[in-house]
Amino acid sequence: MSVVDTVGARTLDVLRSFGHAASFFADLVKAIPASLRRFNLVVTQIHAIGNLSLLIILASGMAVGFVLALQMYYALVTYGATESLGLIVNLSLVRELGPVVAALLYAGRAGTSLTAEIGLMKAGEQIAAMEMMAIDTKSRVLAPRFIGGLVSMPLLAILFSTVGILGAYVVAVLLLGVDEGNFWSIMQSRVDVWRDVGNGIVKSFVFGIICTAVALYQGYETEATPEGVAYATTRTVVISSLSVLGMDFVLTALMFSTG
Amino acid sequence: MTKKGTETLVGLFVLLGLAGLVFLSLKAANLASFGNRDTYAVSARFDNIGGLKARSPVRSAGVTVGRVTSIGLDQKTYQGLVTMEIEKGVQFPRDSSAKILTSGLLGDQYIGIEPGAEEKNLAAGEMIKQTQSAVVLENLIGQFLFNKAAEGSNTPAPAPAGGAKK
Repeated sequence: MSVVDTVGARTLDVLRSFGHAASFFADLVKAIPASLRRFNLVVTQIHAIGNLSLLIILASGMAVGFVLALQMYYALVTYGATESLGLIVNLSLVRELGPVVAALLYAGRAGTSLTAEIGLMKAGEQIAAMEMMAIDTKSRVLAPRFIGGLVSMPLLAILFSTVGILGAYVVAVLLLGVDEGNFWSIMQSRVDVWRDVGNGIVKSFVFGIICTAVALYQGYETEATPEGVAYATTRTVVISSLSVLGMDFVLTALMFSTG
Repeated sequence: MTKKGTETLVGLFVLLGLAGLVFLSLKAANLASFGNRDTYAVSARFDNIGGLKARSPVRSAGVTVGRVTSIGLDQKTYQGLVTMEIEKGVQFPRDSSAKILTSGLLGDQYIGIEPGAEEKNLAAGEMIKQTQSAVVLENLIGQFLFNKAAEGSNTPAPAPAGGAKK
């Protein structure tokens, strides 16, 4: 009966970890109001998560805009449709690439540092010490970071798309000679603020929740050893990236399926 | 870093993000072109609306003056019922006609309004009576083939191929 035993044990393990993560998430959300009262903690975290991710987000957004414009130009010039280049770059950035790539970079840049920071606090028994002093670690340590992530992620995704569109403008209009008026006007006539830009922001907000919660959970539940922290950091990147990609498919199907 | 410095940097980050949002909404999307301007609703029935969609433009002499708001099927006449909103400042005579046109050969479809001659103008909620449906390419090709076939049977058939004479 060892096979049956193994299957049963594995299933229970999976269910238990789901329940554990869900109750962790619920505690995190419950701790938000308490930590909003100490707003300077949140500001420090927005700085650590948002401001310090700015450079990599802007550089990547610019590069993606450059490359998209260049490749689309080669494809479109055959059909004499280079004016639509702005539209294609805008829609792909605002709807998909902006939120998704920004979230992947965010998981790599900010998620890992959150996991490592909290993991080391746990390994150094700082978290246990705080609990000894009856300080609620969830509202003192975790929730400010969570709010910081929720605020930063949409802003970073917006900036990624903005810089990408400006990069496409530089390549298409200034270097390749696409007509400037058509570049902007076709974009304006076909991109809808609520449907395209708004849904992109909703996406990035969801990704912000996923990536930050995963990073905090992995850090908080890490084994308190150097190997444990290393393993938790790796898992943060893997789990956040895969969840973002999977969730993106679901959100796209929900948002853009009709018409 | 001092607390004040951090706050300033975070403030800059948030303002930069909001500036990006304003750029995306105004420069790279359509918030400015048809946002809060006052409009009035007009409807029209078409035998076939072709590829017209909600939010398709309404143009007169090529100038965009409004948007299609909704499309439905009239259950009594089995015609497509199209509702559109037109800018308040633009008035058309009551006997104006609406056509469904295509921009370019393969472009998007839009409604073109040709002004009539009557003195009274269309009021909000009124219906444009004279309409012209979208051109359906399949019907055109079908008609063309049918005409060709009719032509072929009227003129004497070309002599059958040589095989029979041998």
